[in-house]
Amino acid sequence: MDSTQEQQQDFGVLLKQGAEGRVFVSTFVGRKCVIKERFSKKYRHPLLDSKLTLKRLNAEARCMTKARKLGVPTPVLYAVDPLLHTLTFEYVDGLSVKDILLGFGSNGINEEQLIDIATQIGNAVGKLHDGGLVHGDLTTSNMIIKNNTNQLVLIDFGLSFISTIPEDKAVDLYVLERALISMHSSCGDVMEKILTAYRKASKQWCATTNKLAQVRQRGRKRTMIG
Amino acid sequence: MGYWADNILGFFLGREYFRLKGPIRSSFRPAFSPQLTLASHLSCPLTSLQNPTVAAAPAAMTSSPAARRRPPGPLALGLESSANKIGIGVVSLSGEILSNPRHTYVTPPGHGFLPRETAHHHLAHLLPLLRAALGEAGVTPADLACVCYTKGPGMGAPLQVAAAAARALSLLWGKPLVGVNHCVAHVEMGRAVTGAVDPVVLYVSGGNTQVIAYSEGRYRIFGETIDIAVGNCLDRFARVLELSNDPSPGYNIEQLAKKGEKFIDLPYVVKGMDVSFSGILSFIEATAIEKLKNNECTPADLCYSLQETLFAMLVEITERAMAHCDLKDVLIVGGVGCNERLQEMMRIMCSERGGRLFATDDRYCIDNGAMIAYTGLLAYAHGMTTPLEESTFTQRFRTDEVHAIWREKEMPVLTNIRAHAMAEVSKDEASVPTPIAVDS
Repeated sequence: MDSTQEQQQDFGVLLKQGAEGRVFVSTFVGRKCVIKERFSKKYRHPLLDSKLTLKRLNAEARCMTKARKLGVPTPVLYAVDPLLHTLTFEYVDGLSVKDILLGFGSNGINEEQLIDIATQIGNAVGKLHDGGLVHGDLTTSNMIIKNNTNQLVLIDFGLSFISTIPEDKAVDLYVLERALISMHSSCGDVMEKILTAYRKASKQWCATTNKLAQVRQRGRKRTMIG
Repeated sequence: MGYWADNILGFFLGREYFRLKGPIRSSFRPAFSPQLTLASHLSCPLTSLQNPTVAAAPAAMTSSPAARRRPPGPLALGLESSANKIGIGVVSLSGEILSNPRHTYVTPPGHGFLPRETAHHHLAHLLPLLRAALGEAGVTPADLACVCYTKGPGMGAPLQVAAAAARALSLLWGKPLVGVNHCVAHVEMGRAVTGAVDPVVLYVSGGNTQVIAYSEGRYRIFGETIDIAVGNCLDRFARVLELSNDPSPGYNIEQLAKKGEKFIDLPYVVKGMDVSFSGILSFIEATAIEKLKNNECTPADLCYSLQETLFAMLVEITERAMAHCDLKDVLIVGGVGCNERLQEMMRIMCSERGGRLFATDDRYCIDNGAMIAYTGLLAYAHGMTTPLEESTFTQRFRTDEVHAIWREKEMPVLTNIRAHAMAEVSKDEASVPTPIAVDS
């Protein structure tokens, strides 16, 4: 417990504890920044843990910068520390898409804003996929809408990888679809709106959406016994 | 009356009985009429199942506490036979388990269980277990509110046994039928036994691997396996090592893994919120043959590495679901849920997140009749029953197809279940051998 407290003081104010790491707000050379620490998982075997932690830290740094090159808004990466397992990047001021959609669920839907968000998601994911990058964890909590510009920013590239196979892209979309169904089924068919934008943004949409249909079937019809 | 009862049970059970039993081995072919063969499985005439006064204390069951206090509220009988276990339980709506006998089909080392032979086993044990369940609970068919059975998912032939029996009993006793989803039953039983209110549920067994959380009227699947189940992966690896299937292959892997020291690097496959095990199985099967031949590792090392890798994947997707749904507590159910290493890893993860782990032992983790009875009774209490014409069974039945109507209006009785359930459990498994011995 003591060591955790120390670490929190080291990195700044704890913003959120995710599944993969802790996120702190701090300053980096005078700018407001976010420090993401991948903590070691005590439940995992040490060998397995160090392998996974380092692999994902490097992958995240690489994929975040690659996504920016592809024209998808992501936070600017400031620094990587492989010893403390931390990434330092730009602080994005805004609400997560999850919170906005949950707000729609309780306060009624703002159709215009919903379409805008869905279009931006479709565009961003389409650009990523055309550039051969798969996000790997497309959930609504990993998307932020910037406060002043209403621009969508993708975060958490911890499970991202490079791939041009339609299968991987389809699984990526399928994860998003399931996250939407499970958390935001009251918002109507958001996924359809996202896919409409995706088809416009991605040149290889055809192969991916065909594969998506197959991936959906796979989840649906798999035998379950036991 | 007796003739009528014999005919109904004979019609349902007899037909299924011979369809399954007749064509396989000629030595099994009965020399008697269906009714006579069936009757030979019973220690007293079938009519006693219908006549409350006789069924209250059949000769074989005199040791059971027939004079036990009757719990308030409706009672239900549950029949479970979706995989290699057949179980019959009697529970009350307050969660009190009156009886829960079960019998497992155990195959020789190196073999799995095949649907047909498993169904044979279930048929042979169905009626003795039914007598044991009623006798031990000290109830008569007249006391029951409904008859519940596993509608799916599961293996076809074994599922058929409980479905046919439930139909026959429903007609014989004039009680409504309730078809129950096996996965939902595991979740409800886990919640009832542990007292977990709204946990993220990791359901891991020989046929299923799912991360489930309740949201908007249904149990939603947040992550699952995209190929084989984790228990299937462990069971099949146990066959490679020719470990015993008694009491279960997973248990023997767990014991062997405790002696493992060397960690062997295996593939680690998490795809989004989903996991995949088939590649790991192929990899470790090949590694096992290769490395064991060259004496580079021991079977214990392999079991240890396999468990560490598989369970780390499961804990990871559970943690991701927790972060996504903003829930603190985890409940582990299903056969693999008895594994103490999995529980330990999950407990560490929960404590890091400030949550609690709820887990049960083999009496509830492993398939049983009481969980079907309890879940069926919850549905029945909210007005859901299955008409006879729709009392089918199916191999494919997803958790999120079920409308969990009872979760919308949580019943106040649910809070005090734990004490009852814990007090009643000690006897359930111990009671099994007696009726089975009578049968053979």
